[in-house]
Amino acid sequence: MKRLNWLFCLACLGFASSGLAASGKLLATPGVSQVEGSAGGGIVPWAQLAGYASDDEIAINGFCSRADVSDYRLDVCGAQLNIYDRVEFSYAEQRFEVPALNTDIEQSITGAKVRLYGDIVYSKWPQLSLGVQHKSLDDGSIANLLGAKDTSGTDVYLAASKLHLGALAGYNWFWNTTFRYSDANQLGLLGFGGPDSDKELLFEASTAVFLTHQIAVGVEYREKSNNLGLGEQDWQDVFVAWFPNKYVSVTAAWLDLGSIAGAKDQTGWYLSVTGYW
Amino acid sequence: MMKTLFTFVFAVMLVGCASSNNSTLYQQINGEQGVEKLVDSFINQIGRDEQILAYFKQTNVAHFRQGFITHLCSVTNGPCEYKGDNMVDIHTGMNIPEKDFNRVVELLINAMDEQQIPQTVQNKILSRLAPLRPEVIDI
Repeated sequence: MKRLNWLFCLACLGFASSGLAASGKLLATPGVSQVEGSAGGGIVPWAQLAGYASDDEIAINGFCSRADVSDYRLDVCGAQLNIYDRVEFSYAEQRFEVPALNTDIEQSITGAKVRLYGDIVYSKWPQLSLGVQHKSLDDGSIANLLGAKDTSGTDVYLAASKLHLGALAGYNWFWNTTFRYSDANQLGLLGFGGPDSDKELLFEASTAVFLTHQIAVGVEYREKSNNLGLGEQDWQDVFVAWFPNKYVSVTAAWLDLGSIAGAKDQTGWYLSVTGYW
Repeated sequence: MMKTLFTFVFAVMLVGCASSNNSTLYQQINGEQGVEKLVDSFINQIGRDEQILAYFKQTNVAHFRQGFITHLCSVTNGPCEYKGDNMVDIHTGMNIPEKDFNRVVELLINAMDEQQIPQTVQNKILSRLAPLRPEVIDI
């Protein structure tokens, strides 16, 4: 029902903005949609705001992603609204399937991001953005059972991104670094905080090379805290993103998510599709 | 997997270094003839884009063509020196928004694709033109 609600909202927004379809950015420069709903890579939010809106346009995007690792599966769908390439609002719903326990953990994430400075292509210094992600578990019983302090929480992050034209033997080179202040356990799916741990500053980074106008390959890294004492490990991925036009992007990745809730070596595939209006 | 990618990126860099002989960008786009063809392609691209064509209503196309040929020649380290009108003077009063600037960049990319200019050479040309943006938009 909840899912229907936001799909409906999205449709309303879509109608409201029909005729405003944004295309003012260069192909591929908005990036794709990360698992918490913000514009980014796959696991890291980037400084770019979602969609092709330039400073006098509004963009709306929708996405769905699936991560399928050894013992778990995560499905995410969400949407973003970009207003004048200054503010991004996002909403995402995650469903984390734990087949071993025959249960699902669901979480909703509301996000906002403000561009503080620059443009990833043209400004001398990297584009800089400040964002928040407010996360709330539908049912916190597993989080509580594992010893998490809270069943909702808010991450704050500062991200810097830059695209260097022709910098790598003539190929376009992209990088992003993000500092996140968070106490989320496995994105928040296992709650927030733990027996004796507080929010901490975590480092995340992505880098990619554009092989053509349409195809980028890259890697990502995301530092994780270990609040529950379950051996939570840093995440990494290798991705390829395809931007055939300004209406759709498709991202595939190989994930290495380390240990999740005691199950070691969680590796597997990731697939994500974003539609842009 | 990670190692494979890093190895790949490293290989791309090595190949890039090995292939970056001492020729100028101007030579890599086939000199005077190449620049002229590129500019003609670009003008055709503009001619087919209503939104952008509107900015050229008062423009003397021959003058623009010659000016851009000399400008590109100079930007790609060819044997020319651009002494034409300055960028700020040309664009003042046009109030070009971000999106239209990017649209023109895309038309130039289309023209470079049409002239089969390699991706890496395209990127280098764009990286030399990109710093001119503040002299073009929103003025």
